[in-house]
Amino acid sequence: MNGPSGDTRTALRTWKVSAWLKRGLLGLTGVAVLFLADGAWAQTHLLNVSYDPTRELYREINQAFSHVWKKLTGETVTVRASHGGSGAQARTVIDGIDADVVTLGIPSDIDAIARLTNKIPADWRAKLPNNSLPYTSTVVFLVRKGNPKGIKDWDDLAKPGIRIITPNPKTSAGGRWNFLAAWGYAQAKEGGTAEKAREFVSAVYKNVPVLDTGARGSTVTFAQRGLGDVLPTWENEAFLVLDEFGKDKFDIVVPSVSILAEPPVALVEGNVSKKGTRKVAEAYLEFLYSNQAQAIFAKHRYRPLKPEAAKPEDLALLPHLKLFMIESIEPDWDKIQKNNFENGGLFDQISKR
Amino acid sequence: MSDVSVSRVGPSLRRSGSGWRSVTTEPRAVRWIAIACAIAFLAVFLVLPLTVVFAEAFRRGVGAYWAAFQEPDAQAAIQLTLTVAAIAVPLNLIFGVAAAWAIAKFEFRGKSLLITLIDLPFSISPVVSGLVYLLLFGAQGLWGTWLMEHGIKIAFALPGIVVATIFVTFPFVARELIPLMQEQGTADEEAALTLGASGFRIFRTVTLPNIKWGLLYGVLLCNARAMGEFGAVSVISGHIRGLTNTIPLHVEILYNEYNFVAAFAVASLLAGLALVTLAAKTLLEWRYGHVLASRTPH
Amino acid sequence: MSKALAVKLRLKQPSVIPGFGLTLGYTLTYLSLIVLLPLAVLLIRASEAGLSGILAAATEPRVAAALWVSFGISLLAALVASLFGLLVAWVLTRYDFPGRDLVGAMVDLPIALPTAVAGIALAALYAPNGWIGGPLERLGITVTYTPLGIFVALVFIGLPFTVRTVEPLIAEIDRDQEEVSATLGASRVKTLWSVMLPPLLPAMLTGFALAFARAVGEYGSVIFIAGNLPYVSEIAPLLIVIKLSEFDYTGAIVIATIMLAISFLALLAINLVQAWSRRRFGDV
Repeated sequence: MNGPSGDTRTALRTWKVSAWLKRGLLGLTGVAVLFLADGAWAQTHLLNVSYDPTRELYREINQAFSHVWKKLTGETVTVRASHGGSGAQARTVIDGIDADVVTLGIPSDIDAIARLTNKIPADWRAKLPNNSLPYTSTVVFLVRKGNPKGIKDWDDLAKPGIRIITPNPKTSAGGRWNFLAAWGYAQAKEGGTAEKAREFVSAVYKNVPVLDTGARGSTVTFAQRGLGDVLPTWENEAFLVLDEFGKDKFDIVVPSVSILAEPPVALVEGNVSKKGTRKVAEAYLEFLYSNQAQAIFAKHRYRPLKPEAAKPEDLALLPHLKLFMIESIEPDWDKIQKNNFENGGLFDQISKR
Repeated sequence: MSDVSVSRVGPSLRRSGSGWRSVTTEPRAVRWIAIACAIAFLAVFLVLPLTVVFAEAFRRGVGAYWAAFQEPDAQAAIQLTLTVAAIAVPLNLIFGVAAAWAIAKFEFRGKSLLITLIDLPFSISPVVSGLVYLLLFGAQGLWGTWLMEHGIKIAFALPGIVVATIFVTFPFVARELIPLMQEQGTADEEAALTLGASGFRIFRTVTLPNIKWGLLYGVLLCNARAMGEFGAVSVISGHIRGLTNTIPLHVEILYNEYNFVAAFAVASLLAGLALVTLAAKTLLEWRYGHVLASRTPH
Repeated sequence: MSKALAVKLRLKQPSVIPGFGLTLGYTLTYLSLIVLLPLAVLLIRASEAGLSGILAAATEPRVAAALWVSFGISLLAALVASLFGLLVAWVLTRYDFPGRDLVGAMVDLPIALPTAVAGIALAALYAPNGWIGGPLERLGITVTYTPLGIFVALVFIGLPFTVRTVEPLIAEIDRDQEEVSATLGASRVKTLWSVMLPPLLPAMLTGFALAFARAVGEYGSVIFIAGNLPYVSEIAPLLIVIKLSEFDYTGAIVIATIMLAISFLALLAINLVQAWSRRRFGDV
């Protein structure tokens, strides 16, 4: 046994434990107070609650806005961002996170905030230009270099033996656009019916081995962990993977037709009134429609509302393809959400195995 | 003053591994196979995951490693985590000492129920721990409307993260101290009492020196868990960059931004903390094994 | 723990030691505020859904599947962790070999290592391009994003509990009994099986229950390595998070309540096992 020697034992006894403890506690409290009293609240803060793949985008937008605002008013404003699956993000707003603006992946998530809290008016889409869409996007396919499985169009996704990586449509806006794109494609194509669309989507999701909660999680699964043959994803996300992981590892496949993905923005009226940030929050949303922000959207491979503001070389990269609006098939967003994604909806039915 | 303190020598460490007679051990070959199996199993399940954290963190060299900590968001996360631990750990420390005193020094009705309740947070899923506080403090929760009206932010702010962390690390100090103080009984304290010492003085001069190493280990463990808590904090934090992201949440964010080197670099900070905790524990056991109770794990 | 539980419900004995009211009062207040009140709110919210609502949410196929995945894999993982835990504990207490103290110290790693760190580390290790995942992949075994991945993470989580509960008991085994058994002509295997294993069983059961309770609720380390695919590799805690994202509070609350019940049952089982073992083997 390695017990303490007599000397050590005496030392132990005379050790001023209480003094040690007291000093330690005092120190810890001091540290805590220092951190709490940190002058973090001295300036204006905006909180933008956004969806998963916009991390890089809003980092740049937020800095640009801070500069513009400083020049315009002399005030310092810091815009903070929070990212995650669009549904999960909407949930934090519903649960009371004091977001000034929401920039989510799909209109139904902002509808949910409007429905469950009174912080956003029901007619929020009419408050800003272009149905509150400063930019749009679409869904393309990311495949492994050389496209070994020969995936060309949506029909190929339903073939047996193809492994598709896509996020959970219940929590992710990207996941919902992917689902709706497949569904809309089958419905709109020649001879398409609701029943055929259902069969098609069912066949596609039979090929999904992994459902992450957000688009970014799926990208990591596909690109970093090397799982699956195809990643249907946001156009901007596909380009980002090429930039991050190298063009020698992946190819983008553009299907014949895809969905017009509509990630909307809105002011959280209830919060800005309380925080007194309405003016700057409104200016932030207006800024998203400015030429400067529009150019940043294009730089990050989103489709800007005003293409003329973007650099031509950025726009040239975006593929030309036919885009359809989901509203042309089902105009009622509440129905889209309810029939497909809520409990007992189409997604639940087809994912039973 | 240490005059009234009575030093106790507890049972010695059982650390003799050799010297049995051959009838009570296995053949040499069996022994070595068993040792090899155990070590191989531990290597695959424990050592490799730990190694991979550091290997991935340094994959692009020391420069990339340090760069991960230059990020303002990373520094904010480290600061937040330190703040949370600096509040949560002392609170659980005080609770642990109080609970252990009540449970170890007295007999009362419902004691085993109390111990079970203290253990409860340990077996509750972290996600459930986060959820219950959301049900209390969230806008849709019990007190949500009242808190909102009075402009008090708990969910998606520091207080929410702190209470969730306290919940998750609740039993650690108490569970460390209860068996230790029970083993040591009440004789020392009673002796001090007859010498006329006051209650708090007895605690300071008699009890505390007896339990300080166990206490230290409990605090270290509590601290490691507090700094590393993920599930509960994830539910209630809101993931605001630079504001409510703790180190583990920051790791997840970096991981999801393809920034694997930075993710593992920041993760290596927590892995290092885990190693320090284990090293301190081993040192304490080795040095003061007789004053650390033979414990059930946490 | 066992000693504490051995204390039968008794009237408070008079004691000369001061501070009972203060410490117990503080303990109960703190416990109520931090643990009991929030859990009560959870139960109240669950009861608001009504029995039919709870049943409907609990028997929803996806919920049932997630609970089944969590339970089934946790049971398996706790079982494997128990067996290896016994082996590791035996080797650590009975045999002497270089580096034993180091190995012993490593056992507690899963307790000290944050779950999210464990999650990304295990995912990197077992991915098809990882150190272990690579060779396994060539053998046709995929670990990450399959139920096997969950199993690996849960064994990792459970190991310290199964080792640490049996370790002190192995150390306390009465050597005389072993000798008597050997002198009476029993083979070593027979001695191990019929003399030494029975007293270890209660501790193994306790370790198993602890590892199981921990595994069922585990979140951080699992979500990085599981495929999170409904009906296949979606665990119950993740489904709580997903239900929240879907604004399905009732669903989240019901799953949380079921998991809370499991936690209670696991603790109850541990207490029963220990009470039984005290009757059977005396105070261990």
